[in-house]
Amino acid sequence: MSGEKVNVVWLGSPTFPNAAHEALQDAQLRRNLKHATTTIRDKRLRAVAELDDWETLRLAGSQIKDRVMRHLDEYLLRLEASVTAAGGVVHWAEDAAAATRIVADLVRAQGTDEVVKVKSMATQEIGLNEALAADGITATETDLAELIVQLDDDRPSHILVPAIHRNRTEIRDIFRREMGKNGVPAPDGLTDEPRVLAEAARRHLREKFLRAKVAVSGANFACADTGTVGVVESEGNGRMCVTLPETLITVMGIEKVLPSFTDLEVFLQLLPRSSTAERMNPYTSLWTGVTPGDGPQEFHLILLDNGRSATLADREGRSALHCIRCSACLNVCPVYERTGGRSYGSVYPGPIGAVLTPQLVGVGSSEHADSLPFASTLCGACFDACPVRIDIPEMLVHLRAKVVDAHRQDRLPKPEALAMKGARVVFGSPRRLALAEKLGALGGRVAGIRGGRWLPGPARKWTAARDVPVPARESFRAWWRKAGRP
Amino acid sequence: MTNPEAKDRILARIRSALRDVPGEERPEDVAVTRDYRDSHVSADIVDLFVGRVEDYRATVTRVPEGQQVPAEIARILAERGVANLVVPPGFPEEWLAGYEGARLTDDPPLTAAELDASDGVVTLAAQGIALTGTIVLDAGPGQGRRALSLVPDLHLCVVRSSQVLPDVPPAVRALVPHRPTTFISGPSATSDIELDRVEGVHGPRTLEVLLVVDS
Ligand code: SF4
Repeated sequence: MSGEKVNVVWLGSPTFPNAAHEALQDAQLRRNLKHATTTIRDKRLRAVAELDDWETLRLAGSQIKDRVMRHLDEYLLRLEASVTAAGGVVHWAEDAAAATRIVADLVRAQGTDEVVKVKSMATQEIGLNEALAADGITATETDLAELIVQLDDDRPSHILVPAIHRNRTEIRDIFRREMGKNGVPAPDGLTDEPRVLAEAARRHLREKFLRAKVAVSGANFACADTGTVGVVESEGNGRMCVTLPETLITVMGIEKVLPSFTDLEVFLQLLPRSSTAERMNPYTSLWTGVTPGDGPQEFHLILLDNGRSATLADREGRSALHCIRCSACLNVCPVYERTGGRSYGSVYPGPIGAVLTPQLVGVGSSEHADSLPFASTLCGACFDACPVRIDIPEMLVHLRAKVVDAHRQDRLPKPEALAMKGARVVFGSPRRLALAEKLGALGGRVAGIRGGRWLPGPARKWTAARDVPVPARESFRAWWRKAGRP
Repeated sequence: MTNPEAKDRILARIRSALRDVPGEERPEDVAVTRDYRDSHVSADIVDLFVGRVEDYRATVTRVPEGQQVPAEIARILAERGVANLVVPPGFPEEWLAGYEGARLTDDPPLTAAELDASDGVVTLAAQGIALTGTIVLDAGPGQGRRALSLVPDLHLCVVRSSQVLPDVPPAVRALVPHRPTTFISGPSATSDIELDRVEGVHGPRTLEVLLVVDS
């Protein structure tokens, strides 16, 4: 397992343009991504079209998140009180190191050195598996895709389908080679049929589920009024983790709190249709503290800050915390489709990663993270797809300005240099450029030419003191129309 | 192991980040417009429920209240080769009249290994959601603790038609928050390998729904 994933950005990640350039050379990756994103994209449109009040639901979702963010301190205190009253224990972790230390101590207190894990962005963000390994604790990922990635000592490339960069034959080879080293081996004569591969994963993991004493999960939501925590999933490994072990440790970003249990009626409509494009995902588990005689008899909820309170301080960047990690914005993103998740060098890839990553690590503190807001054509597709209406294009432009400010003292205008490189990668051939133009996403916005013009509309809040990368007028209009704002 | 200083520092950082929020603003002052639909369903909800559950490739059998219920349960279990059935406390005895195989009761609690070695489980449900084809379990009578409907490879779930609600909002409002609750929409599935949907990774690979029409 690689030990270099720390704190959102993978250390040593090349800047987006360099990584993207590498990814573009990889024909297999491009084919897989294209197939995957197109398939999910079409399905999602159909799932969303079934609800004629989709826009109303999106609005309610964004308003609920807005309410939470403006009163996050109060909601976290309410959540702590409810979870505690229901028999759970709440821990507060300021950063990745604090969170992983709490988890490691809790695991050791149970007298075990093994945990089963259900996929979670938060635990990936804090590099939990690596930190536990350093403490002599083995964490086994139990989502099929995460298992593939973990067995192959690889990095995920998509929030929802982390092994999207692997085809079935590669997966079969990984299973044959690695399963035996980590537990129940792959059966003889393993084929590359998805059904057969899934069966091998079931057998490999079941043995681990049945003997696990401690499980670690993330959370999709936690309701402040009742203390109810929810995990939304497909495979049943989440149910295994939150049901079978004696102790459950849930690591949750502080932004995941919801005001009330009834708010689930909004998010259980928005999330499955946006995420896997289903009317409902196969399994959703809701639990409140500890239930005597049913499931884990010890429950720990770790509330993770790790850059979130700092993100909250930027009024124009704040709403990046509304994200419910559905991955719809990834699947509609023309840049993501070409370059894949790993080019972003972050736990959070795609459009949301481009706005969340630099804010979590702090603008100006990582050349890599600073290059991410330029990894976009500002075509607006991500906003249209986002179930909680996060205005990613506007936020990207805002963050570009912040990056420019942060690098004002640099001898070379680094952001612009990065942007130019990024433009070459994404629009490196006339065909690609033409395609981008058709999408209403002209390269001029990426190239970021310094100009003194004022931006109308969503950009009007900027101060005159800032030199922001201003797009060519035509492309801005095209983007404006495309984005369909009032 | 709770760390009061970390808590204070996080809360202080949040409060300083939110300086722009007026001090007198209450959470409830932030408008949330809830004019989304309570239900998207106008058709017959039971028909819709059956169709939507079948869309997930689960098997649904519709049966009127009465003698046919135990007969259908026995038929399904026999067809699926169930000879070792987990029966949660509170499952109606008369509905198992036609089943002749062995029963595993949860008293004393079955171990995970015993559940794993069983052939299947039969449960009641708390509710059904028509629009999404969802079955909701809340560990109430006849449903058992969560592990019972999770570890066995076959889940036969008996839902009464009067339990079927039209859509997600009424279903959420009818839930009892503190009960451990599981929404089940079709059998366990993954699309992780080249986005091919494959049934059955960790949960029961077979989901049989028996809909008892009682109204
Ligand atoms: S930003 Fe919106 S669309 Fe993207 S993952 Fe988050 S919630 Fe989904």
